[in-house]
Amino acid sequence: MKWVWSAIALLLGRGRRAPARVDRQRLIVEQPPSRRGENVVLVLLGLATLSFAAFVAVYALDRLPAQTQLFGITLGLGFAFAAAACIVTSRLLVPVEEISDPYANEPHEEAVAEIEQLVEESGSRLTRKRLLTVAALGTGGAMGAALLAPVASLGPVVGPDALRRDGWRRGMLLVDSEGRPLSADGVEPGTFYTAFPAGASHDELWAPLVVVRVTDTLELPEGRDPQRWAPEGIVAYSKICTHAGCAIALYRSPLNEETSMKPALVCPCHYSTFDPARGAKVLFGPAGRPLPQLPLQIDDRRRLRAGGHFSGNVGPSWSGVRRGRA
Amino acid sequence: MVRVALVVVAALTLAAGASAANGRDLYFANCVWCHGDRLQGVPASGPSLQGAGALAADFYLRTGYMPLRSPRQKPTRRPPHFTEPELRALISFVAAHGGPPVPRVHPERGNLAAGLELFTEHCAGCHQMAGAGGIVTGTSVPSLRSATATQVAQAVRIGPYLMPRFGEQAITPRQLDSLVRYVLYTDHPRNRGGWAIGDLGPFPEGIVAWLVAGIALLALARVIGEGLER
Amino acid sequence: MILRRAVRFVDERTGAAPLLGKALRYVFPDHWSFLLGEIAMYAFLVLVATGVYLTLFFEPSLAKTVYHGQYAPLDGVHMTKAYASAVDLSFRVKAGLLMRQTHHWAADVFLVAIVLHVWRVFFTGAFRKPRELVWYVGIAMLFTALLEGYLGYSIVDDLLSGMGLAIGYSVALSIPVIGGNLGLLLWGGPYPGVPQFESRMYIAHVLIFPLLIGGLLALHLALIVARHHTQFGGPTRSERRVGGLPAFPGYAPRSIGLFFGVVSMLFLLGGLVQINPIWLWGPYEISQGTNGAQPDWYLGWLIGALRITPGFDLTIGNYTLVPNPFWGGVLLPLAVVAFLVLWPSIERRMTGDRAYHNLLDRPRDNPTRTAVGAAVLTVLAGVFFAGAGDRFDVSFGIPYGSQIWFWRAFTFVLPFGVFWLVRRFCRDLAADDESEPATGYEPGAPTA
Repeated sequence: MKWVWSAIALLLGRGRRAPARVDRQRLIVEQPPSRRGENVVLVLLGLATLSFAAFVAVYALDRLPAQTQLFGITLGLGFAFAAAACIVTSRLLVPVEEISDPYANEPHEEAVAEIEQLVEESGSRLTRKRLLTVAALGTGGAMGAALLAPVASLGPVVGPDALRRDGWRRGMLLVDSEGRPLSADGVEPGTFYTAFPAGASHDELWAPLVVVRVTDTLELPEGRDPQRWAPEGIVAYSKICTHAGCAIALYRSPLNEETSMKPALVCPCHYSTFDPARGAKVLFGPAGRPLPQLPLQIDDRRRLRAGGHFSGNVGPSWSGVRRGRA
Repeated sequence: MVRVALVVVAALTLAAGASAANGRDLYFANCVWCHGDRLQGVPASGPSLQGAGALAADFYLRTGYMPLRSPRQKPTRRPPHFTEPELRALISFVAAHGGPPVPRVHPERGNLAAGLELFTEHCAGCHQMAGAGGIVTGTSVPSLRSATATQVAQAVRIGPYLMPRFGEQAITPRQLDSLVRYVLYTDHPRNRGGWAIGDLGPFPEGIVAWLVAGIALLALARVIGEGLER
Repeated sequence: MILRRAVRFVDERTGAAPLLGKALRYVFPDHWSFLLGEIAMYAFLVLVATGVYLTLFFEPSLAKTVYHGQYAPLDGVHMTKAYASAVDLSFRVKAGLLMRQTHHWAADVFLVAIVLHVWRVFFTGAFRKPRELVWYVGIAMLFTALLEGYLGYSIVDDLLSGMGLAIGYSVALSIPVIGGNLGLLLWGGPYPGVPQFESRMYIAHVLIFPLLIGGLLALHLALIVARHHTQFGGPTRSERRVGGLPAFPGYAPRSIGLFFGVVSMLFLLGGLVQINPIWLWGPYEISQGTNGAQPDWYLGWLIGALRITPGFDLTIGNYTLVPNPFWGGVLLPLAVVAFLVLWPSIERRMTGDRAYHNLLDRPRDNPTRTAVGAAVLTVLAGVFFAGAGDRFDVSFGIPYGSQIWFWRAFTFVLPFGVFWLVRRFCRDLAADDESEPATGYEPGAPTA
């Protein structure tokens, strides 16, 4: 018990000053103390300690409601009080001084000249400096090229035909996201469907389709026979936007077209807008190409099947996007 | 006894006749301009309401999307234009011209995860994953925060204004239960992280980063960096 | 007594006492705006600390799994392990959500601080000789930080960030001639690429870029110390002597206080304000999308630029020379980088000023620089707010289609007007002013 009282007395007491060094001049100007400041800092440190302890307590207690908020408040307040303690220290407890230093921006001409001379003289034994330099640079270049070459293993760099990949084949069944075949009679006007090739991964860029039934007059691009490309008015387009690769997730479908707008497929990223009745022609937005269209067939069980490849390359544009497909 | 019965019957018929006449009067006072005197629709104004049923009438009138002041005006959600008795009268008047009834949904029977997947595939592109609304080219898309379970079901089946319609083949009644359950969930999602700032993602987050953190830290810098007295 | 023994111990083994003595009395010029860079640095420290914590739980794998956890709307949903581990971090790991949110807020605030700091440095001319190298290193850090943030929120594989990755792929593809090759190289195949793309993003985000930023930061600080920090002019301040607080004891508690203040702000946000609720977005599928998809704020200028670009690919016959995303996604950022990197040289050439500058300008002291900076900011503000046009439509009813034209005018026409106005304003202010702006200091020249 005696030790506890001694410890408290030691902490709270004034503390002995170190013996004055009479042989040395003061480095920092003497400034008056601030007991008020010290008290404020002690209170703030105490509050910070309590906050951090509260954080540990919240952590240990577990299963508290609004746990994340309690964590944030306790930890945040702990650091806030600590910050306040530091700021008060800087204002009231620390000697306030202004000092200066020279910028010393003079260039060191002597040292620069010496370095130049050093490098020059170190090459004094060479007779064919330029040749050696060129040879060294050449080797350095080749070394760099050799070290960088394995980067090419990252991907199929040469000849980007991989970008033309289109796995749709004539006769492939269209299925919904659950894997159920899409029936022509199930494609009602006014709604839109996402379809995939049966049995294939949904994660290929060419795989997702958006399918709608057009009730307006069809005006497909030249060369696309409506029997092949829009049987019974049903059209299918790649669901991947030709601008920047997002999924065409919006279908503007008017209940009363006369007083509103015509149907359109829209992309949520930059609002590229495509006309399903006109081969997904771009109506608005930054897309530079219409959506590729997939020809369709209706089999004898009224199920939708692909009628061949897409009309163009799928996804965002690159240099060869308007050229033929693999 | 017979006299009492006769009086009661007469009173009921009068009342029924009065409400039917009420609905008809309301229709002719508010709707006939665009939808026609036989609900057949008017070209370049309003669609036919024959076969629209209570499904549509109840939806449009209770959400305030109808009546519109002009055919090209964009419908916006507002308090209903009519009182409750007027609503009921008008709805039964329209329903009397045929069409589906007000749908009954059971969100409590639905599966939340199934609802999330359905919502992502069919709805999120326009309405945003948390039902906060957004835009489609040419119009804005309403938030789903005030939509009741019935209204969600109605909208799904009708496809009002520029929204696609989803019939029972596209979204089965069971799927609709799950979808509605998810939509209702997004009204009060589990925001474990604190204040949800609209569930809109980086847009409000950026505002907070600048206007809360940015300003607070600028203020802190000013407090700390107060210059020495010259 | 203990102190002397400790310092002597270190000095006997390193010889560092003189250096330490000098370091303790290093001069910090005192102005609150000089603390902005420090705020950024402290945000970076929080990023590293919380980031390390997250790496102990996050699984950077695109292998598929089924979620069975606390968050009911995702129960039974198929998703990648990356996404599932992030959801688990948010719901199952104690304090996991605090760390995730603090980390993400720290990233947003890191960039706010950097941008404010860059503005301060630019408009006060602190990048002038002899501090051009500091500026270049800083610009490198800015753009590294942008990319680092993008990678960080993309590795989680949620619907929102996945949409953003598709856009990144298109931007790569849009580079003329080599874009297709570049995209295939980075992604290992056509989008969504090989599963190892996740690993590539992850190692870039947790190792390569943090080391790069850390190294650049060390270089940045070393260069500043080598030439001393700039200062504002005043009665006791000159081009030859820097005045201010000593590192110790004066500046240290301020710095530490600022550090604690930044940490406090970030943890308060991390616990109280929800950020990136990935469980709400759901897992990423290339066939899905949500309305209102946005990148984090510091990439908002890019989404706006992509949105206001008119819809065309530049073709020669059937060769697509410049796909559409190039203009907003590649050319604009390159132009901004070029402006920032070249500006010190441009200014030097325009003014013929080759003197050392240790005193800062007030913005009015260099009307042309201030006007150019304001004009560039106007361009960036135009594309930045254009990116939020959909929310302006929803909240204020201004049709998005009409907005596009407004933002195009804001971005391409208004800056000229801003330039003229700001330069005029600065000149008027300077004319009213009595004091002379600092003229710089030529080494060896007689002092005034």
